[in-house]
Amino acid sequence: MTLVVDPARLVDACTYLRDEEGFDFLSDITPVDYLGWGEREVAGYYGTASGRDIDALSAQGYARTPEPKPARFAVNYHLMAIRPGAPVVRVQVWLEDGQSVASVVPLWPTADWHEREAFDLMGIRFDGHPNLSRIIMEDDWEGHPLRKDYPLGGEPVRFSGEE
Amino acid sequence: MAVTQRPPIYSGSMIPSPIPTVLEVPPELRESEDILQVNFGPNHPSTHGVLRLVVDLEGERVVGIRAVIGYLHTGFEKNMEQKTWWKAITYPERIDYVSFQYNELVFVLAIEKLLAMEVPPKATWMRTLLCELTRIHSHLIWLGTGALELGAISLLWYCFRERDQILDLFEMVCGARMHTRYFQAGGLAEDIPRGFYPECRKFVEWMPKAIDDYEAMLSRNEIWLERTQGIGPLSAEDAIALGQSGPMLRASGVDWDLRRDKPYLAYPDLDFRVPVYPNGDVYDRYRVRMDEMRESTRIVEQCLEGMPEGPWIADDRKVVLPPRHELHTSMESLIHHFKIVTEGYRVPEGEVYVTVESPRGELGCYVVSDGGPKPWRVKFRAPSFACLEATATCMTNALIADLIAIVGSLDSVMGEVDR
Repeated sequence: MTLVVDPARLVDACTYLRDEEGFDFLSDITPVDYLGWGEREVAGYYGTASGRDIDALSAQGYARTPEPKPARFAVNYHLMAIRPGAPVVRVQVWLEDGQSVASVVPLWPTADWHEREAFDLMGIRFDGHPNLSRIIMEDDWEGHPLRKDYPLGGEPVRFSGEE
Repeated sequence: MAVTQRPPIYSGSMIPSPIPTVLEVPPELRESEDILQVNFGPNHPSTHGVLRLVVDLEGERVVGIRAVIGYLHTGFEKNMEQKTWWKAITYPERIDYVSFQYNELVFVLAIEKLLAMEVPPKATWMRTLLCELTRIHSHLIWLGTGALELGAISLLWYCFRERDQILDLFEMVCGARMHTRYFQAGGLAEDIPRGFYPECRKFVEWMPKAIDDYEAMLSRNEIWLERTQGIGPLSAEDAIALGQSGPMLRASGVDWDLRRDKPYLAYPDLDFRVPVYPNGDVYDRYRVRMDEMRESTRIVEQCLEGMPEGPWIADDRKVVLPPRHELHTSMESLIHHFKIVTEGYRVPEGEVYVTVESPRGELGCYVVSDGGPKPWRVKFRAPSFACLEATATCMTNALIADLIAIVGSLDSVMGEVDR
């Protein structure tokens, strides 16, 4: 189940989920960059359970664009409740570049490193995080490597003998 | 600089404040001349890879600690966005190079969920079997190296003897000893070789005796008990708040196992026990992993007995490579083969988060597809990453010698932490 939450109300929503609904375990925080999403048609056939018939209209030569997204970045919080049945919920907030969201470290201490990773690799800012610094890349790294506009092999190569 | 004190979440919580993952030197000690700052790692034999710990010592007492990671960052997630779905399957295994089958499994399960694919029962059971062998393999490496760090050198050789038998079984199944890439979307890459069953049965008969041997060497060994009992305690509340999972959580008294509580693969049909111990110290983590090896051996035995007959991969020509012999006679098979190998199969638009219980805990995989032949975004929820967040909490009142035991007991694999 996915709950799309207004970024300004994220902490309220998470507090409710943790204290009232018992989602006491934060599994993961995943940021996704949707830059360029839906700009090109995805042509070809699908290997779905329903679309296996090679002659079906939807199966081959089928072109469509994916559903547009409300903003560039999505931050997904995967929550789990430690009780029988193991219910899980995904809390999703949508952010534009440069927009920040409140930190959930006061609710789940495990969010510390997850938010630092999201900041480091995707450039999402978390207000109120006690130590929002780079975690995976070096401290003086420029850019956020998992963004879609960050080039592959973007690291300049230095040769010996070069000034 | 004034430090804002954050009230603990639970009364009695040992999680440091204000930064949950950094144990800061107490203010009264900060100005004293007696604090020695030591860089533990990044290249240190007991860090299981390239973990750097910045440790503040007052005599032998650890008064401050900060973990620095990222030395093994290889950009798996970025790389996987550039590969077609079926080529990307090779990447996850290398993320956690000690429990490779699980990472492969969780990614393949995510693809199958997006494709709404049915997997034949034989493939499901074989996946369960291989994953449990991997769990034994991973715990053996943990036990061997963990004991080695505390001075029990001989155990390493015993553990690696059994580990080699498991690698032989993997080699028999798929030709590679590690990074097997045996799981495909839809099932298995090849049928199980006939010689596998008797060899695996031999291993299942041998393994309980080997575990008895390990326990005879450690469980009543006074040095081992002194070095592990009461060291690095982690309460159940702190463990949940810090996102701990797997053996770390179960050693802290939380009865939680995704195999039982959120069943996947063939686990609903299998009989196994989830070991739980209450103290949350290094010794209990050891006992949880020892018991898990016994249970995994039982699961492998049940899988061998209950292995269903039938196809090993789904019959879906849009996703699964056609049988090799058909390529010579059927043009459609040739086209399908060509399309899958060059362009790759397409996965319907959607997002999915799949979790499995890896040897280190909850291993999650979040996948976003835009409907094309390549994943839009792949993210792994690495249990080792969460384990290392507990370093500072476990290190309260620890001595420098305990540091080795505690970091070892977290069982983190740096490839998975840095990805």
